Amino acid sequence: MSISHILSLKNFRNIVVFALFSVVFSFQAKAQHSTSDSDSVFASEDKPQKELNKSEETFDTGDFILHHIADAHDFHFWGEGHHSVGLALPVILWTNNGLVTFMSSEFHHDDEGKVVVEKNGQRFVKLHGKIYYASAAANAEGQYVDVDHKTNHAHNEKPLDFSITKNVFSLLFSVLVLSIVFIGVGNAYKKRAGKAPKGFQSLIEPVILFVRDDIARPNLGNKYGRYMPYLLTVFFFIWFNNLLGLVPFFPGGANVTGNIAVTMVLAFITFLITTFSGNKYYWKHIFMPPVPLWMYPVMVPVEIVGIFTKPIALMIRLFANITAGHILMLSLICLIFIFKNILIAPVAVPFAVFISLIELLVAFIQAFIFTILSALFIGMAIEEHHDDHH
Amino acid sequence: MVGSIAAIGAGLAAIGAGLGIGRIGGSAMEGMARQPEAAGKIQTAMLIAAAFVEAVALFAVVVALLGNNPQ
Repeated sequence: MSISHILSLKNFRNIVVFALFSVVFSFQAKAQHSTSDSDSVFASEDKPQKELNKSEETFDTGDFILHHIADAHDFHFWGEGHHSVGLALPVILWTNNGLVTFMSSEFHHDDEGKVVVEKNGQRFVKLHGKIYYASAAANAEGQYVDVDHKTNHAHNEKPLDFSITKNVFSLLFSVLVLSIVFIGVGNAYKKRAGKAPKGFQSLIEPVILFVRDDIARPNLGNKYGRYMPYLLTVFFFIWFNNLLGLVPFFPGGANVTGNIAVTMVLAFITFLITTFSGNKYYWKHIFMPPVPLWMYPVMVPVEIVGIFTKPIALMIRLFANITAGHILMLSLICLIFIFKNILIAPVAVPFAVFISLIELLVAFIQAFIFTILSALFIGMAIEEHHDDHH
Repeated sequence: MVGSIAAIGAGLAAIGAGLGIGRIGGSAMEGMARQPEAAGKIQTAMLIAAAFVEAVALFAVVVALLGNNPQ
């Protein structure tokens, strides 16, 4: 292979495009930071602390990251405070007086409990993403809630919150996209029965065969057909939501699989399927394991706890992997703000791109692991008796 | 002293994960070198084992996040 193959025009073009991309997006970060305060980035380092509060708030990295990982009642596109541009989502509350609905834009981007929305004679405020019944009078900072300064939550009562939040919206969006894709592919198979797959079918077919041959068949034996729908659903649902979470703009960017409630439901469904498919050998193995009788007081509690820890591990594994990935991405971009220096950008942005590529792999791997472990647990529950322990 | 003990705990968890997954990767490489035709199966088993080890490390990270007491 000669050198001219590496230095060809196409490779050169790709390198130049990537370098320009890093530089342009590094300067984007600078532009965004300077619009939020009136001074230039370098001058702010010399200002004494008390003057900082007037034109610039100190950037709290931890708070910024946790805010972006958490759920919210609106999609925030760009801008700060009063100049925020975003998509407001409906707030649906079940209060003591029945159902109350309004758009979250009525809070006017307030997350400090200072703006009161009045509906049906009831008054609501939003503090750090949670909606409370407003107190009658404002406290010293103008907030209509009784704030506990240690946890930053309020002691006020909360109505039941059934709002369409970022996560709910993203969930419904991914369900819609998955339904359209797979119902389309299914119909295409019906129409083109016996003919070669065309278009989207050719994209989806190898993946479905991968799930069947590498995940379902080895673990479930020849009863794999009953559980294939569930395994396929879980695999594509988790994969697609993981990928959507990596997209930084609307309609992605809502941390769905990094929300422990979502992963809890998925793990709970696996738990239900495992428990209700368990045949008598499964229960016998748990309550009367094939060990000497004096080991029963140790083994039986371990096995019983094991019934529950396996789904809990599934839940935490997916949640922590995805959330840790998002926190890492956000931290790398926040490095620029921590150092308050634009020169960190050519280091931080390419590193963030590299980590994004790893996160793409993690998105697939976590979906694969969740599915294969679910198949393994179901397989253990439906396994027929082998005579090889005697 | 700056920072928190929770951060040290999360760092220790990272050491544990690194050691564990490193060993799994190492033995997977060795197995694939001995028998290249089993490479596909070894790779699948490696991923599953790595997910288990990583899950344990992530439990520690979750506990560190929960137990973090900022000043």
